[in-house]
Amino acid sequence: MKYSIFSLLRQARDHHRNWPQAWRSPEPKPSYDVVIIGGGGHGLATAYYLAKEHGIANVAVLEKGWLGGGNTGRNTTIVRSNYLWDESAHLYEKSLQLFEGLSADLNFNVMFSARGVINLAHNEHDLKELARRGHACRLNGIDYELVTPRQIKKIAPIVNISRNSRYPVLGGAMQRRAGNARHDAVAWGFARRADDRGVDIIQNCEVTGIDVADGRVTGVRTTKGPIKARKIGAAPAGHASVVGQMAGLRMPVESHCLQAMVSEPIKPVLDTVIMSNTVHVYIGQSDKGELVLGAGIDGFNSYSQRGGIDVIEHQLEGLCELYPIVRRLRVMRTWGGIVDICPDASPIVSKTPVEGFYMNCGWGTGGFKATPGSGWVFAHTIAQDRPHKLNEAFDLKRFETGSLIDEHGAAAVAH
Amino acid sequence: MLLIVCPWCGEREHSEFSCGGEGHIARPDPRTATDEEWADYLFMRQNPKGVHHERWFHVHGCRQWFHMARDTVTHEILAVYGIAEKPPALDGSGEGGR
Repeated sequence: MKYSIFSLLRQARDHHRNWPQAWRSPEPKPSYDVVIIGGGGHGLATAYYLAKEHGIANVAVLEKGWLGGGNTGRNTTIVRSNYLWDESAHLYEKSLQLFEGLSADLNFNVMFSARGVINLAHNEHDLKELARRGHACRLNGIDYELVTPRQIKKIAPIVNISRNSRYPVLGGAMQRRAGNARHDAVAWGFARRADDRGVDIIQNCEVTGIDVADGRVTGVRTTKGPIKARKIGAAPAGHASVVGQMAGLRMPVESHCLQAMVSEPIKPVLDTVIMSNTVHVYIGQSDKGELVLGAGIDGFNSYSQRGGIDVIEHQLEGLCELYPIVRRLRVMRTWGGIVDICPDASPIVSKTPVEGFYMNCGWGTGGFKATPGSGWVFAHTIAQDRPHKLNEAFDLKRFETGSLIDEHGAAAVAH
Repeated sequence: MLLIVCPWCGEREHSEFSCGGEGHIARPDPRTATDEEWADYLFMRQNPKGVHHERWFHVHGCRQWFHMARDTVTHEILAVYGIAEKPPALDGSGEGGR
């Protein structure tokens, strides 16, 4: 069914009793052309673009829990492309451009809102770093402009720009085309459209093993029985090492718990997103009125979706100093997700030494913004058995050749 | 919050410590190692879902390094042992801390 004002009116007339299911819940077939491991945004986007761009619809997406219940539903929904290095800038910009047309493409409102993202500078080094990144972005055709404290105050009056602040705001940089989107809707939109094109989305189906014969994948073993596959694409986020090991691969990632939280809902006070690299505070406001706050990762490996309270305390200390208005607000919920951190803080979207096995992982703390772009290049990589120009630098081989894409200092938040 | 029993200082909160990542990684001879072996040494990690043998540094305490065996799902600390020691046999009693 096409969603539109007319379908809404028709359903309203019937008291909304006849809305069809957005996607089927089929039992797995014995075999598929492509099996995607992981039903988060990246996996679902991959399945959608496999069907749409490459005509491969005999695809199953296997999800061990429910759709988008991992990091897709746990992030702070920021979308931006202001990266320093050319490789990252091009990939994330592709994703941002896909986001701009995503609601129309998917016929599903992903609520992408280009409300702008501001990075604050709290010292001279930050200012120089932002200027450098601004120039790099401009050379790549990406908008990213320097803004003064006064301009920042005008855009976001709740920022404390007092010179006596513990974290003085010396300036900042803004990407106006950046913003945020409704994270769940991105997963649901991709799922619905992929299903329309014949993709089987199978929830509560955990992959327990990968069958490899003569250096080539032949299928997966799951909690719903074995499934044969000509090709397997893994988008397992925090479980990249676990899934990689099933295919006999060692991965260069470590899993950490990353936390975020929301305040109780308040009236609109902030219509942009503000990030502070140096004190690791970032803040946005959801349509429900909650302030959406991102904290950092715990400093040790973890597969438990619960993080340390000290990380939250550290984040809130900086937050209260920068935004004094929030001091009397209560935190309503905190949660954690398991992110896979690469040594160079850049993702891996790559073929692997196992033929027919492709890996999409290592997005670390910033994978949501890449969801459509990641799926788009991963679908290309799987369908053509070679990377697209946009992701060839994000190869697993780079750890041997040394061609790392070092975004540790360049990503918009400290890792 | 983990409570870690530092071999020198006793029980302390984990915020006093810094984790140095996977332990017991042998450095290959750089003169003879292939690129693949060197990449494996530098970057590839076990990252297990379960027992992880890792190095910790009591950065805000005695500033000594030591090893710890910890479950990455439950965070149970199964053993604390010296930086030069091999991993002990684990009986799962969790006496190294909480």
